[in-house]
Amino acid sequence: MNHYETAFILTPVLSDVQMKEAVEKFKNLLIEKGAEIENEECWGLKKLAYPIQKKSTGFYALLQFKAEPSVVAQLEVQFRRDERVIRFLTFRLDKYALEYATKRINKSNQGEK
Amino acid sequence: MANNADIRYLTPVAVDNKKKKYCRFKKSGIRYIDYKDPEFLKKFLNEQGKILPRRLTGTSLKFQRKVAQAVKRARHLALLPYVTDMMK
Repeated sequence: MNHYETAFILTPVLSDVQMKEAVEKFKNLLIEKGAEIENEECWGLKKLAYPIQKKSTGFYALLQFKAEPSVVAQLEVQFRRDERVIRFLTFRLDKYALEYATKRINKSNQGEK
Repeated sequence: MANNADIRYLTPVAVDNKKKKYCRFKKSGIRYIDYKDPEFLKKFLNEQGKILPRRLTGTSLKFQRKVAQAVKRARHLALLPYVTDMMK
């Protein structure tokens, strides 16, 4: 089991509900494949640095999870098939990245309290 | 007997009093460079959005590789532009 982080951009034409549903879909997919979700972030609508598919804004979402390497390939296939996703990035967290991510999660948790 | 005051140079001698460059990651103990923070990564880019060389920023090789990796990830996710003008 490795730790992974995946960030993806959804089209801005979706409503808030549709956007949450799309994020939920990928989350459920991961859970189904036996992954453990460690962190979930939604950065909301952000301006893109350059246009992608003629769109200048996008909904950013981030998931951090622990899973078998084979799960990542399946997840990326789903990203490619889903028209709502305009960009995605998945990579394995090394020990320093993991340390940083854990700190980040703790910080955001403290902020909520 | 030529003492130092008598020696004259044709061109003025360049006095090496430039500030020594250092690796900011080593100095401040940063071990992971986050691609999610484009404002921070902009310190390592020129106005056109190109990655600055190590000889200008003073970053150590180990961290230059990580900077490059982070910048490329940020570019892919449209957090930083691939090409631009007048970024700063």
